[in-house]
Amino acid sequence: MTAPPDDCLARNDWICGDYLATRRHILLDAVLQHLHLTVVSVLLGLAIALPLALVARRWRWAVGPVLGLTTVLYTIPSLAMFSLLLPLYGLSATLVIVGLALYSLTLLVRNILAGLAGVPEEAKEAARGMGYGPLRQLLAVELPLAVPAAMAGLRIATVSAVALTTIGAIVGHGGLGNLIYAGMNSYFKAQVLTASVLCVVIAVAFDLLLLGLERLLTPWRRV
Amino acid sequence: MSTLGDVWAWLSTGAHWAGENGVWHRFTEHLLLTVGCLLASCLIALPVAVTLGHLGRGGALAVNLANVGRAVPTFAVLVLLLLTPLGRHGDWPTFIALVLFALPPLLTNAYVGMRGVDRSVVEAARGMGMSGGQLVWRVEVPLALPLVLTGVRIAAVQLVATATLAALVGGGGLGRIITAGFNLASTPQVVAGAVIVAVFALLMEAVFEAAQRLGPAWVRGQAPGQGRKAGRGRAR
Repeated sequence: MTAPPDDCLARNDWICGDYLATRRHILLDAVLQHLHLTVVSVLLGLAIALPLALVARRWRWAVGPVLGLTTVLYTIPSLAMFSLLLPLYGLSATLVIVGLALYSLTLLVRNILAGLAGVPEEAKEAARGMGYGPLRQLLAVELPLAVPAAMAGLRIATVSAVALTTIGAIVGHGGLGNLIYAGMNSYFKAQVLTASVLCVVIAVAFDLLLLGLERLLTPWRRV
Repeated sequence: MSTLGDVWAWLSTGAHWAGENGVWHRFTEHLLLTVGCLLASCLIALPVAVTLGHLGRGGALAVNLANVGRAVPTFAVLVLLLLTPLGRHGDWPTFIALVLFALPPLLTNAYVGMRGVDRSVVEAARGMGMSGGQLVWRVEVPLALPLVLTGVRIAAVQLVATATLAALVGGGGLGRIITAGFNLASTPQVVAGAVIVAVFALLMEAVFEAAQRLGPAWVRGQAPGQGRKAGRGRAR
Protein backbone atom coordinates (compact mmCIF):
# COMPACT_ATOMS: atom_id res chain seq x y z
CA MET A 1 0.00 0.00 0.00
CA THR A 2 1.44 3.33 -0.98
CA ALA A 3 0.39 6.37 0.99
CA PRO A 4 -2.41 8.36 -0.70
CA PRO A 5 -1.10 11.45 -2.51
CA ASP A 6 -1.37 14.60 -0.45
CA ASP A 7 -2.74 17.03 -2.99
CA CYS A 8 -5.79 19.28 -2.92
CA LEU A 9 -7.92 16.68 -4.71
CA ALA A 10 -7.25 14.13 -2.01
CA ARG A 11 -7.84 16.72 0.70
CA ASN A 12 -11.08 17.77 -1.05
CA ASP A 13 -10.25 21.49 -0.86
CA TRP A 14 -12.70 24.10 -2.12
CA ILE A 15 -10.14 25.70 -4.40
CA CYS A 16 -7.94 23.30 -6.24
CA GLY A 17 -5.53 23.92 -9.11
CA ASP A 18 -5.14 20.23 -9.80
CA TYR A 19 -8.87 19.98 -10.38
CA LEU A 20 -8.72 22.66 -13.04
CA ALA A 21 -5.72 20.97 -14.64
CA THR A 22 -7.07 17.43 -14.67
CA ARG A 23 -10.73 18.11 -15.40
CA ARG A 24 -10.26 20.82 -17.99
CA HIS A 25 -12.14 18.93 -20.70
CA ILE A 26 -15.10 18.08 -18.47
CA LEU A 27 -15.39 21.73 -17.46
CA LEU A 28 -15.10 22.94 -21.04
CA ASP A 29 -17.79 20.52 -22.21
CA ALA A 30 -20.10 21.63 -19.41
CA VAL A 31 -19.51 25.31 -20.20
CA LEU A 32 -20.21 24.73 -23.89
CA GLN A 33 -23.40 22.82 -23.09
CA HIS A 34 -24.44 25.59 -20.72
CA LEU A 35 -23.83 28.27 -23.36
CA HIS A 36 -25.70 26.24 -25.98
CA LEU A 37 -28.74 25.73 -23.75
CA THR A 38 -28.85 29.38 -22.70
CA VAL A 39 -28.31 30.96 -26.12
CA VAL A 40 -30.74 28.70 -28.00
CA SER A 41 -33.44 29.10 -25.35
CA VAL A 42 -33.20 32.90 -25.25
CA LEU A 43 -33.24 33.10 -29.06
CA LEU A 44 -36.28 30.81 -29.12
CA GLY A 45 -37.93 32.98 -26.48
CA LEU A 46 -37.21 36.07 -28.55
CA ALA A 47 -38.60 34.42 -31.69
CA ILE A 48 -41.87 33.75 -29.84
CA ALA A 49 -42.00 36.98 -27.82
CA LEU A 50 -41.56 39.43 -30.72
CA PRO A 51 -44.60 38.23 -32.73
CA LEU A 52 -46.62 37.98 -29.50
CA ALA A 53 -45.76 41.57 -28.62
CA LEU A 54 -46.59 42.79 -32.14
CA VAL A 55 -49.93 40.95 -32.07
CA ALA A 56 -50.71 42.40 -28.64
CA ARG A 57 -49.92 45.89 -29.90
CA ARG A 58 -51.92 45.52 -33.11
CA TRP A 59 -55.04 44.08 -31.43
CA ARG A 60 -55.63 45.69 -28.06
CA TRP A 61 -57.81 42.85 -26.75
CA ALA A 62 -54.84 40.48 -26.99
CA VAL A 63 -52.75 42.39 -24.44
CA GLY A 64 -54.49 40.96 -21.38
CA PRO A 65 -54.40 37.29 -22.42
CA VAL A 66 -50.80 37.49 -23.67
CA LEU A 67 -49.48 39.16 -20.49
CA GLY A 68 -51.66 36.93 -18.29
CA LEU A 69 -50.47 33.71 -19.90
CA THR A 70 -46.79 34.63 -19.85
CA THR A 71 -47.05 35.75 -16.21
CA VAL A 72 -48.62 32.43 -15.26
CA LEU A 73 -45.75 30.61 -17.01
CA TYR A 74 -43.26 32.79 -15.13
CA THR A 75 -44.82 31.83 -11.80
CA ILE A 76 -44.39 28.07 -12.32
CA PRO A 77 -41.36 26.83 -10.35
CA SER A 78 -38.45 25.69 -12.52
CA LEU A 79 -38.39 22.13 -11.22
CA ALA A 80 -42.11 21.86 -12.01
CA MET A 81 -41.73 23.47 -15.44
CA PHE A 82 -39.10 20.97 -16.55
CA SER A 83 -41.17 18.15 -15.08
CA LEU A 84 -44.38 19.25 -16.82
CA LEU A 85 -42.63 19.11 -20.19
CA LEU A 86 -41.34 15.59 -19.57
CA PRO A 87 -44.20 13.76 -21.37
CA LEU A 88 -43.68 16.00 -24.41
CA TYR A 89 -39.91 15.94 -24.80
CA GLY A 90 -38.53 13.16 -22.60
CA LEU A 91 -35.11 13.48 -20.96
CA SER A 92 -33.65 15.76 -23.60
CA ALA A 93 -31.87 19.07 -24.08
CA THR A 94 -34.95 20.25 -25.99
CA LEU A 95 -36.97 19.98 -22.79
CA VAL A 96 -34.60 22.34 -20.97
CA ILE A 97 -34.47 24.76 -23.91
CA VAL A 98 -38.26 24.94 -24.23
CA GLY A 99 -38.66 25.39 -20.47
CA LEU A 100 -36.15 28.22 -20.35
CA ALA A 101 -37.68 29.86 -23.43
CA LEU A 102 -41.13 29.85 -21.79
CA TYR A 103 -39.61 31.57 -18.77
CA SER A 104 -38.07 34.35 -20.84
CA LEU A 105 -41.40 35.22 -22.51
CA THR A 106 -42.79 37.38 -19.68
CA LEU A 107 -39.79 39.66 -19.46
CA LEU A 108 -39.34 39.89 -23.23
CA VAL A 109 -43.00 40.54 -24.14
CA ARG A 110 -43.45 43.13 -21.38
CA ASN A 111 -40.30 45.02 -22.28
CA ILE A 112 -40.85 44.93 -26.05
CA LEU A 113 -44.38 46.29 -25.49
CA ALA A 114 -43.04 48.98 -23.16
CA GLY A 115 -40.41 49.91 -25.75
CA LEU A 116 -42.94 50.14 -28.59
CA ALA A 117 -45.31 52.16 -26.43
CA GLY A 118 -42.48 54.56 -25.66
CA VAL A 119 -41.80 55.46 -29.29
CA PRO A 120 -42.48 59.22 -29.60
CA GLU A 121 -45.57 60.12 -31.63
CA GLU A 122 -43.51 62.72 -33.54
CA ALA A 123 -41.17 60.03 -34.86
CA LYS A 124 -44.11 58.02 -36.21
CA GLU A 125 -45.67 61.16 -37.73
CA ALA A 126 -42.39 62.02 -39.41
CA ALA A 127 -42.07 58.50 -40.82
CA ARG A 128 -45.62 58.65 -42.18
CA GLY A 129 -44.93 62.08 -43.64
CA MET A 130 -41.88 60.72 -45.44
CA GLY A 131 -44.15 58.15 -47.04
CA TYR A 132 -43.16 55.09 -44.97
CA GLY A 133 -45.64 52.22 -45.11
CA PRO A 134 -46.69 50.45 -41.89
CA LEU A 135 -44.09 47.67 -42.25
CA ARG A 136 -41.21 49.99 -43.10
CA GLN A 137 -42.24 52.27 -40.23
CA LEU A 138 -42.15 49.30 -37.86
CA LEU A 139 -38.79 48.00 -39.06
CA ALA A 140 -36.97 51.28 -39.60
CA VAL A 141 -38.41 53.50 -36.87
CA GLU A 142 -40.37 51.77 -34.13
CA LEU A 143 -38.34 48.61 -33.50
CA PRO A 144 -34.97 50.43 -33.40
CA LEU A 145 -36.40 52.99 -30.95
CA ALA A 146 -37.77 50.14 -28.81
CA VAL A 147 -34.32 48.51 -28.57
CA PRO A 148 -33.22 50.02 -25.22
CA ALA A 149 -36.33 48.88 -23.34
CA ALA A 150 -36.36 45.49 -25.07
CA MET A 151 -32.67 45.05 -24.28
CA ALA A 152 -33.30 45.62 -20.58
CA GLY A 153 -35.70 42.68 -20.67
CA LEU A 154 -33.36 40.58 -22.78
CA ARG A 155 -30.48 41.12 -20.37
CA ILE A 156 -32.51 40.05 -17.34
CA ALA A 157 -33.99 37.10 -19.23
CA THR A 158 -30.53 35.93 -20.30
CA VAL A 159 -28.97 36.24 -16.85
CA SER A 160 -31.94 34.36 -15.35
CA ALA A 161 -31.66 31.68 -18.05
CA VAL A 162 -27.98 31.11 -17.22
CA ALA A 163 -28.89 30.52 -13.56
CA LEU A 164 -31.97 28.40 -14.32
CA THR A 165 -30.09 26.14 -16.73
CA THR A 166 -28.48 24.49 -13.69
CA ILE A 167 -31.87 22.98 -12.75
CA GLY A 168 -31.75 21.11 -16.06
CA ALA A 169 -29.45 18.71 -14.20
CA ILE A 170 -32.54 16.79 -13.03
CA VAL A 171 -32.99 15.58 -16.60
CA GLY A 172 -29.24 15.30 -17.20
CA HIS A 173 -29.01 18.42 -19.37
CA GLY A 174 -28.00 21.21 -17.03
CA GLY A 175 -24.59 22.26 -18.37
CA LEU A 176 -22.58 23.25 -15.32
CA GLY A 177 -25.55 22.17 -13.21
CA ASN A 178 -24.66 18.55 -14.04
CA LEU A 179 -21.27 19.07 -12.40
CA ILE A 180 -22.88 20.67 -9.34
CA TYR A 181 -25.37 17.79 -9.09
CA ALA A 182 -22.66 15.16 -9.42
CA GLY A 183 -20.41 17.05 -7.01
CA MET A 184 -23.22 17.14 -4.45
CA ASN A 185 -23.59 13.36 -4.50
CA SER A 186 -19.85 12.75 -4.20
CA TYR A 187 -19.11 15.67 -1.84
CA PHE A 188 -16.63 17.03 -4.39
CA LYS A 189 -16.12 20.57 -3.11
CA ALA A 190 -13.76 21.85 -5.81
CA GLN A 191 -16.14 20.76 -8.59
CA VAL A 192 -19.20 22.39 -6.98
CA LEU A 193 -17.44 25.70 -6.30
CA THR A 194 -15.72 25.89 -9.70
CA ALA A 195 -18.94 25.14 -11.58
CA SER A 196 -20.91 27.64 -9.48
CA VAL A 197 -18.36 30.41 -10.04
CA LEU A 198 -18.32 29.67 -13.77
CA CYS A 199 -22.12 30.04 -13.84
CA VAL A 200 -21.89 33.52 -12.37
CA VAL A 201 -19.01 34.42 -14.71
CA ILE A 202 -21.08 33.33 -17.74
CA ALA A 203 -24.07 35.35 -16.52
CA VAL A 204 -21.99 38.51 -16.03
CA ALA A 205 -20.26 38.01 -19.39
CA PHE A 206 -23.61 37.74 -21.20
CA ASP A 207 -24.88 40.83 -19.42
CA LEU A 208 -21.88 42.90 -20.52
CA LEU A 209 -22.02 41.45 -24.03
CA LEU A 210 -25.67 42.48 -24.43
CA LEU A 211 -24.89 45.92 -23.00
CA GLY A 212 -22.23 46.31 -25.70
CA LEU A 213 -24.64 45.09 -28.37
CA GLU A 214 -27.22 47.62 -27.24
CA ARG A 215 -24.69 50.44 -27.63
CA LEU A 216 -23.83 49.18 -31.12
CA LEU A 217 -27.50 49.02 -32.15
CA THR A 218 -28.33 52.51 -30.87
CA PRO A 219 -25.61 54.82 -32.19
CA TRP A 220 -27.92 57.85 -31.83
CA ARG A 221 -27.91 57.50 -28.05
CA ARG A 222 -24.17 57.97 -27.77
CA VAL A 223 -23.28 61.53 -26.99
CA MET B 1 -51.30 12.42 -24.32
CA SER B 2 -52.29 9.26 -22.47
CA THR B 3 -50.02 10.64 -19.77
CA LEU B 4 -52.78 13.00 -18.69
CA GLY B 5 -54.97 10.06 -17.74
CA ASP B 6 -52.10 8.52 -15.77
CA VAL B 7 -51.45 11.82 -13.99
CA TRP B 8 -55.11 12.08 -13.08
CA ALA B 9 -55.04 8.49 -11.84
CA TRP B 10 -52.03 9.32 -9.64
CA LEU B 11 -53.67 12.43 -8.25
CA SER B 12 -56.94 10.68 -7.49
CA THR B 13 -55.30 7.82 -5.59
CA GLY B 14 -55.93 8.49 -1.90
CA ALA B 15 -52.81 6.60 -0.84
CA HIS B 16 -50.61 9.19 -2.52
CA TRP B 17 -52.02 11.93 -0.30
CA ALA B 18 -51.66 10.30 3.10
CA GLY B 19 -48.68 9.35 5.23
CA GLU B 20 -45.07 10.45 5.63
CA ASN B 21 -44.42 10.78 1.88
CA GLY B 22 -47.97 11.85 1.06
CA VAL B 23 -48.92 15.09 -0.61
CA TRP B 24 -50.47 16.64 2.50
CA HIS B 25 -47.39 16.07 4.61
CA ARG B 26 -45.12 17.43 1.87
CA PHE B 27 -47.42 20.41 1.40
CA THR B 28 -47.25 21.21 5.12
CA GLU B 29 -43.44 21.01 5.02
CA HIS B 30 -43.41 23.28 1.98
CA LEU B 31 -45.72 25.83 3.55
CA LEU B 32 -43.82 25.93 6.85
CA LEU B 33 -40.50 26.32 5.05
CA THR B 34 -41.87 29.11 2.87
CA VAL B 35 -43.51 31.03 5.72
CA GLY B 36 -40.49 30.60 8.02
CA CYS B 37 -38.08 31.86 5.39
CA LEU B 38 -40.38 34.74 4.47
CA LEU B 39 -40.58 35.90 8.10
CA ALA B 40 -36.82 35.58 8.59
CA SER B 41 -35.97 37.44 5.41
CA CYS B 42 -38.51 40.21 6.18
CA LEU B 43 -37.01 40.64 9.66
CA ILE B 44 -33.56 41.02 8.11
CA ALA B 45 -34.32 43.00 4.96
CA LEU B 46 -37.06 45.45 5.92
CA PRO B 47 -35.35 47.20 8.87
CA VAL B 48 -32.18 47.58 6.78
CA ALA B 49 -34.06 48.90 3.76
CA VAL B 50 -36.16 51.31 5.82
CA THR B 51 -33.10 52.67 7.62
CA LEU B 52 -31.08 53.05 4.40
CA GLY B 53 -34.05 54.55 2.60
CA HIS B 54 -34.64 57.04 5.39
CA LEU B 55 -30.98 58.09 5.39
CA GLY B 56 -30.84 58.05 1.58
CA ARG B 57 -27.74 55.86 1.57
CA GLY B 58 -26.90 52.63 -0.21
CA GLY B 59 -29.00 53.16 -3.34
CA ALA B 60 -26.45 51.49 -5.59
CA LEU B 61 -26.39 48.50 -3.25
CA ALA B 62 -30.16 48.10 -3.33
CA VAL B 63 -30.26 48.20 -7.13
CA ASN B 64 -27.26 45.96 -7.75
CA LEU B 65 -28.31 43.38 -5.21
CA ALA B 66 -31.29 42.41 -7.33
CA ASN B 67 -29.05 41.84 -10.33
CA VAL B 68 -26.56 39.78 -8.35
CA GLY B 69 -29.40 37.71 -6.93
CA ARG B 70 -30.54 36.81 -10.42
CA ALA B 71 -27.08 35.81 -11.62
CA VAL B 72 -26.37 33.36 -8.79
CA PRO B 73 -28.08 29.98 -9.27
CA THR B 74 -30.07 29.02 -6.16
CA PHE B 75 -29.25 25.40 -6.75
CA ALA B 76 -25.52 26.18 -6.65
CA VAL B 77 -25.86 28.06 -3.34
CA LEU B 78 -27.88 25.19 -1.89
CA VAL B 79 -25.23 22.62 -2.77
CA LEU B 80 -22.37 24.87 -1.65
CA LEU B 81 -24.01 25.31 1.77
CA LEU B 82 -24.69 21.59 1.94
CA LEU B 83 -20.98 20.83 1.58
CA THR B 84 -20.02 23.23 4.36
CA PRO B 85 -20.17 22.05 8.01
CA LEU B 86 -23.72 23.48 8.01
CA GLY B 87 -24.78 20.56 5.82
CA ARG B 88 -24.77 18.26 8.82
CA HIS B 89 -27.61 20.24 10.40
CA GLY B 90 -30.63 19.05 8.47
CA ASP B 91 -32.60 21.86 6.92
CA TRP B 92 -30.26 24.77 7.73
CA PRO B 93 -28.58 24.92 4.28
CA THR B 94 -31.98 25.08 2.59
CA PHE B 95 -33.28 27.65 5.05
CA ILE B 96 -30.26 29.94 4.65
CA ALA B 97 -30.21 29.64 0.85
CA LEU B 98 -33.90 30.49 0.64
CA VAL B 99 -33.57 33.48 2.98
CA LEU B 100 -30.64 34.78 0.92
CA PHE B 101 -32.75 34.59 -2.21
CA ALA B 102 -35.72 36.36 -0.70
CA LEU B 103 -33.60 39.32 0.43
CA PRO B 104 -33.04 41.10 -2.94
CA PRO B 105 -36.71 41.72 -3.87
CA LEU B 106 -37.53 42.76 -0.29
CA LEU B 107 -34.56 45.13 0.02
CA THR B 108 -34.88 46.64 -3.44
CA ASN B 109 -38.62 47.29 -3.32
CA ALA B 110 -38.62 48.64 0.24
CA TYR B 111 -35.68 50.93 -0.54
CA VAL B 112 -37.21 52.22 -3.77
CA GLY B 113 -40.50 52.77 -1.91
CA MET B 114 -38.80 54.76 0.84
CA ARG B 115 -36.89 56.91 -1.65
CA GLY B 116 -40.01 57.40 -3.73
CA VAL B 117 -41.84 59.24 -0.97
CA ASP B 118 -42.60 62.78 -2.12
CA ARG B 119 -39.76 65.02 -0.91
CA SER B 120 -42.10 67.92 -0.24
CA VAL B 121 -44.17 65.74 2.12
CA VAL B 122 -40.98 64.85 4.01
CA GLU B 123 -40.00 68.52 4.16
CA ALA B 124 -43.44 69.43 5.48
CA ALA B 125 -43.25 66.75 8.16
CA ARG B 126 -39.84 68.02 9.22
CA GLY B 127 -41.22 71.56 9.27
CA MET B 128 -43.95 70.40 11.66
CA GLY B 129 -41.14 69.39 14.00
CA MET B 130 -41.27 65.63 13.55
CA SER B 131 -38.24 63.73 14.76
CA GLY B 132 -36.49 61.18 12.55
CA GLY B 133 -38.33 58.28 14.14
CA GLN B 134 -41.73 59.93 13.82
CA LEU B 135 -40.97 60.76 10.20
CA VAL B 136 -40.16 57.10 9.45
CA TRP B 137 -43.19 55.59 11.17
CA ARG B 138 -45.84 58.20 10.44
CA VAL B 139 -44.90 59.42 6.99
CA GLU B 140 -42.32 57.40 5.06
CA VAL B 141 -43.31 53.82 5.92
CA PRO B 142 -47.07 54.33 5.34
CA LEU B 143 -46.40 55.98 1.99
CA ALA B 144 -43.84 53.37 0.98
CA LEU B 145 -46.08 50.48 2.05
CA PRO B 146 -47.48 49.58 -1.40
CA LEU B 147 -44.00 48.98 -2.78
CA VAL B 148 -42.85 47.23 0.39
CA LEU B 149 -45.78 44.83 0.08
CA THR B 150 -45.00 44.29 -3.60
CA GLY B 151 -41.55 43.17 -2.51
CA VAL B 152 -43.09 40.82 0.03
CA ARG B 153 -45.37 39.39 -2.64
CA ILE B 154 -42.51 38.77 -5.08
CA ALA B 155 -40.43 37.22 -2.31
CA ALA B 156 -43.29 34.95 -1.20
CA VAL B 157 -43.98 33.63 -4.70
CA GLN B 158 -40.25 33.20 -5.34
CA LEU B 159 -39.91 31.29 -2.06
CA VAL B 160 -42.71 28.88 -2.95
CA ALA B 161 -40.94 28.22 -6.24
CA THR B 162 -37.46 27.95 -4.77
CA ALA B 163 -38.49 25.82 -1.81
CA THR B 164 -39.16 23.12 -4.42
CA LEU B 165 -35.40 22.87 -4.90
CA ALA B 166 -34.97 21.72 -1.30
CA ALA B 167 -35.85 18.27 -2.57
CA LEU B 168 -32.74 18.21 -4.77
CA VAL B 169 -30.54 18.30 -1.68
CA GLY B 170 -32.63 15.79 0.25
CA GLY B 171 -34.87 18.28 2.04
CA GLY B 172 -38.62 18.09 2.36
CA GLY B 173 -41.42 19.95 0.64
CA LEU B 174 -43.46 19.33 -2.48
CA GLY B 175 -40.36 18.98 -4.65
CA ARG B 176 -39.87 15.55 -3.07
CA ILE B 177 -42.86 14.22 -4.99
CA ILE B 178 -41.15 15.23 -8.23
CA THR B 179 -37.70 13.90 -7.33
CA ALA B 180 -39.21 10.66 -6.00
CA GLY B 181 -41.03 10.35 -9.32
CA PHE B 182 -37.75 10.74 -11.18
CA ASN B 183 -36.13 8.09 -8.99
CA LEU B 184 -39.01 5.71 -9.66
CA ALA B 185 -38.90 6.64 -13.36
CA SER B 186 -42.61 7.33 -12.96
CA THR B 187 -43.54 10.10 -15.38
CA PRO B 188 -47.12 10.34 -14.05
CA GLN B 189 -45.81 11.03 -10.54
CA VAL B 190 -43.28 13.60 -11.82
CA VAL B 191 -45.98 15.46 -13.74
CA ALA B 192 -48.50 15.15 -10.90
CA GLY B 193 -45.96 16.61 -8.47
CA ALA B 194 -45.22 19.41 -10.91
CA VAL B 195 -48.92 20.19 -11.25
CA ILE B 196 -49.30 20.39 -7.46
CA VAL B 197 -46.26 22.68 -7.11
CA ALA B 198 -47.39 24.91 -9.99
CA VAL B 199 -50.91 25.18 -8.56
CA PHE B 200 -49.50 26.10 -5.14
CA ALA B 201 -47.29 28.83 -6.62
CA LEU B 202 -50.18 30.22 -8.66
CA LEU B 203 -52.44 30.12 -5.59
CA MET B 204 -49.86 32.10 -3.61
CA GLU B 205 -49.78 34.68 -6.42
CA ALA B 206 -53.59 34.75 -6.50
CA VAL B 207 -53.87 35.22 -2.72
CA PHE B 208 -51.57 38.25 -2.87
CA GLU B 209 -53.39 39.57 -5.94
CA ALA B 210 -56.72 39.32 -4.13
CA ALA B 211 -55.28 40.87 -0.97
CA GLN B 212 -53.94 43.78 -2.99
CA ARG B 213 -57.25 44.37 -4.74
CA LEU B 214 -59.39 44.03 -1.66
CA GLY B 215 -56.98 45.78 0.70
CA PRO B 216 -57.58 49.31 1.94
CA ALA B 217 -56.79 52.07 -0.55
CA TRP B 218 -53.77 53.44 1.33
CA VAL B 219 -52.13 50.02 1.15
CA ARG B 220 -52.66 49.82 -2.58
CA GLY B 221 -51.08 53.20 -3.22
CA GLN B 222 -52.32 55.91 -5.50
CA ALA B 223 -52.08 54.31 -8.92
CA PRO B 224 -53.25 50.74 -9.44
CA GLY B 225 -50.45 48.48 -10.56
CA GLN B 226 -47.88 51.14 -9.88
CA GLY B 227 -45.97 48.87 -7.55
CA ARG B 228 -45.81 46.03 -10.10
CA LYS B 229 -43.12 47.85 -11.99
CA ALA B 230 -40.29 47.58 -9.49
CA GLY B 231 -38.47 44.42 -8.70
CA ARG B 232 -39.36 42.61 -11.90
CA GLY B 233 -36.73 44.59 -13.70
CA ARG B 234 -39.13 46.48 -15.87
CA ALA B 235 -37.73 49.23 -18.01
CA ARG B 236 -39.11 52.59 -17.12
